[in-house]
Amino acid sequence: MPLPPDRSETRFEDFKSAYNADQAVAEANRCLYCWDAPCQTACPTHIDIAGFIRKIGTGNLKGSAKTIFESNILGLSCARVCPVEVLCVGDCVYNEKGLPPINIGKLQRYATDAAVEAGWQFFTAGADTGKRVALVGGGPASLACAHELRRAGHAVTIYEKRAFLGGLNATGVAPYKMRGDAAAREVDWVLGIGGVELKLGVTLDAAAIAALTTAYDAVFVGLGLGPDSRLALPGEDLAGVEGAVAFIDRMKTGRVDLGSVARAAVVGGGNTAVDAVRELRGLGVRDVVLVYRGSEADMSGYTHEWEAAKVEGVRGVWHMQPTAFEGAGGRVSGVRCTPTGPDKKPLPGREHVVGAELVLVATGQAKLGALLGALPGVRVEKGRVVVDAEQRTGNPRVWAGGDCANGGKEVVNAAAEGKAAALSITRALAGG
Amino acid sequence: MADLSINCAGIRAPNPFWLASAPPANSGDQVKRAFDAGWGGAVWKTLGQPIQNVSSRFGGHHYRGTRAIGFNNIELITDRPLETNFREIADVKKRYPHHALVVSLMVETREEWKEIIARSIDAGADGLELNFGCPHGMCERGMGSAVGQEPKINERITSWAKEFSTVPVLVKLTPNVSDIVPHGLAARRGGADGVSLINTIKSIISVDIDRFVPEPRVGNLSTNGGYCGSAVKPIAMHMVAQLARSPDFRLPISGIGGITNWRDAVEFILLGSSSVQVCTEVMLRGYRIVEDMIEGLSDYMDGHGFQTVDQMVGRAVPAYSEWGDLDLNYDLVAKIDASTCIGCQLCVVACHDGAHQCIHPAPDGTTRVPVVDEAECVGCNLCQIVCPVPGTISMVEVADRLPPASWNEHVNEGAVLRAKKGVH
Repeated sequence: MPLPPDRSETRFEDFKSAYNADQAVAEANRCLYCWDAPCQTACPTHIDIAGFIRKIGTGNLKGSAKTIFESNILGLSCARVCPVEVLCVGDCVYNEKGLPPINIGKLQRYATDAAVEAGWQFFTAGADTGKRVALVGGGPASLACAHELRRAGHAVTIYEKRAFLGGLNATGVAPYKMRGDAAAREVDWVLGIGGVELKLGVTLDAAAIAALTTAYDAVFVGLGLGPDSRLALPGEDLAGVEGAVAFIDRMKTGRVDLGSVARAAVVGGGNTAVDAVRELRGLGVRDVVLVYRGSEADMSGYTHEWEAAKVEGVRGVWHMQPTAFEGAGGRVSGVRCTPTGPDKKPLPGREHVVGAELVLVATGQAKLGALLGALPGVRVEKGRVVVDAEQRTGNPRVWAGGDCANGGKEVVNAAAEGKAAALSITRALAGG
Repeated sequence: MADLSINCAGIRAPNPFWLASAPPANSGDQVKRAFDAGWGGAVWKTLGQPIQNVSSRFGGHHYRGTRAIGFNNIELITDRPLETNFREIADVKKRYPHHALVVSLMVETREEWKEIIARSIDAGADGLELNFGCPHGMCERGMGSAVGQEPKINERITSWAKEFSTVPVLVKLTPNVSDIVPHGLAARRGGADGVSLINTIKSIISVDIDRFVPEPRVGNLSTNGGYCGSAVKPIAMHMVAQLARSPDFRLPISGIGGITNWRDAVEFILLGSSSVQVCTEVMLRGYRIVEDMIEGLSDYMDGHGFQTVDQMVGRAVPAYSEWGDLDLNYDLVAKIDASTCIGCQLCVVACHDGAHQCIHPAPDGTTRVPVVDEAECVGCNLCQIVCPVPGTISMVEVADRLPPASWNEHVNEGAVLRAKKGVH
């Protein structure tokens, strides 16, 4: 386990606590066990939610976990990090009845934690097919893909630039949802199917990826996204101005020193921005401000997350667009902003400085599709790898999934796409 | 304001709610607290030769998160000295002269019956209840349900009790018989003033699936216990109503079996009970439940214009008929209220797997409100029963129907029956 034990993220408690057995059974027994349940339809991996919940209620915990993992081998992390409020839980029929919806995420966590803790393995590798598949990137999409490929009996090799697997589950998920040690436990458990070859600490360039397509029978690309976008504003190189994803990565994989930070600003209105403000508050920053060029209602970040951030004491500054970072002695001291109109475009008007000793820029990440642009048949649009419903690119040996193809969605989307790709690869390899 | 006072077989009480002969009526302290809480009467836990009980006595039947929807016990009659019981009975009666204090009895010989009845009456009993119902332990010694299952013995012992008693005698019947009526009639022939039923049902409540031993577990063994609690209510009500509608019976009934609230009590009264007895729900929730029972019954009576409980007794009995007299041309179909349907589609799966395949998901998929194929709907109620939103599924009478025709009328008089539905 290469993650050091004294990471800054370890000071966070779970925002949603784990159920004990009594709580889980009580909640499970509330579930109506709908027919053709809307929660299952809402889940990108289509877990038989009513089925796994009923099994918790009857005491068939092993069967419950198996039901989850049959659909989504990353059920443990998804239980923690899924935005259930807008997926399964949001579609629970109890919402229609004005009753609290079933706490599906916590029930899933209960079952999957039990399985991983006990080391229950539900799946075995298939008989060797003699086919070899390379996976580029070691995040959720590749892990889901690799597991499904091993069930089919293909040899798989994961290439990961970091020294550990897990991708954003290890380096990006808000620590009050999941900390790196849980992500690492899940990785170890998924790899428990056996036969997954790991090439860690290996960065592949476009030529190296192209070479894989001849060295292997198939290639799955789960590269994720690139570095934080920059605003290209004066003062962006001042100490204390940092990309939000990079900061979160440092916090989750090591220690960040916020001793001199009393005020912090996060620029952006998406989920990374909302995660960042909550994290800064959790790390003890007294005054945390989200600076967004639109209105509160315009934010693309989840409403339930932003509401929680406000409860935790975060402020929002609306219709403000940064124009420069101010500082002295090489350190940032604030963000200069200009007002924006309803169309989020700058308006002439009085500029405003938001004072901050730390500014995180959360306005997006680079797309890495260009790394595949040279491969025959592969199409890249706005940095995303274009795939079909089976995650196929235009190159018959290349599949892609996760953020590099979907532009940046949830872990559960990556898991669904990785699995779909594996099934498609297996079909293709059987035919060829 | 309705008058809740009752007279059941000559035993008067301020309301129809009595503690059944069981652990909640085991001692004077308990019965006094029950009377203070509002109970109108109590049937003292059965007196006889004090016994020795086992350790581990009760079992619960739990269902989908609800604890003890059914309950069983392998406890026997009183284990306390008779002198103690009679002293406490006298004390309770002195302090609560207007409450019904009935003493349950179970002994073997005529001489024993004579003596224990005399002592009970001396202590102040308002009535006696002969325990011919206990289905475990005591029946192995020739008492309890061993008596209740033999009409001749039932009649003989009842007649002894009547011979020795100056207060009303209730015979408590066992449900562990194929037809309750002959047993009620035996009590009547013996001279009983009324009957109380049901006692508990022979049962095995559960099995410890790791130890391979039924429960409640006494070491490495168990035995059949008496089943009671909410789950037995339908069985109890059938037996009460069977006697209530028997033209030869015509005795007062104290109804027992799964009564947990005022609503259950109203149902028992409408089926012919002039008092009701409660044990299990008190064991699970305490004497305090009676406050709601009194309020609920009183409010119900006001709402329906009943001034006295007597006016309610047996009101639903005439509507308890034979299947052969039911109108086969009566026709219901399910209607789903789209404005309150939450789209769980439990009705769809229930109808498809458990009924007549006439409720379907909306064919165009634009809504989760199912559709009913009324031409195939047999009006069975299953969808309404599984629907989690009360009032969303209504069973509606079909307007154009043939004249009523029962099976008996069809067979005997050639009455015309409608075409069958749901026989695709």
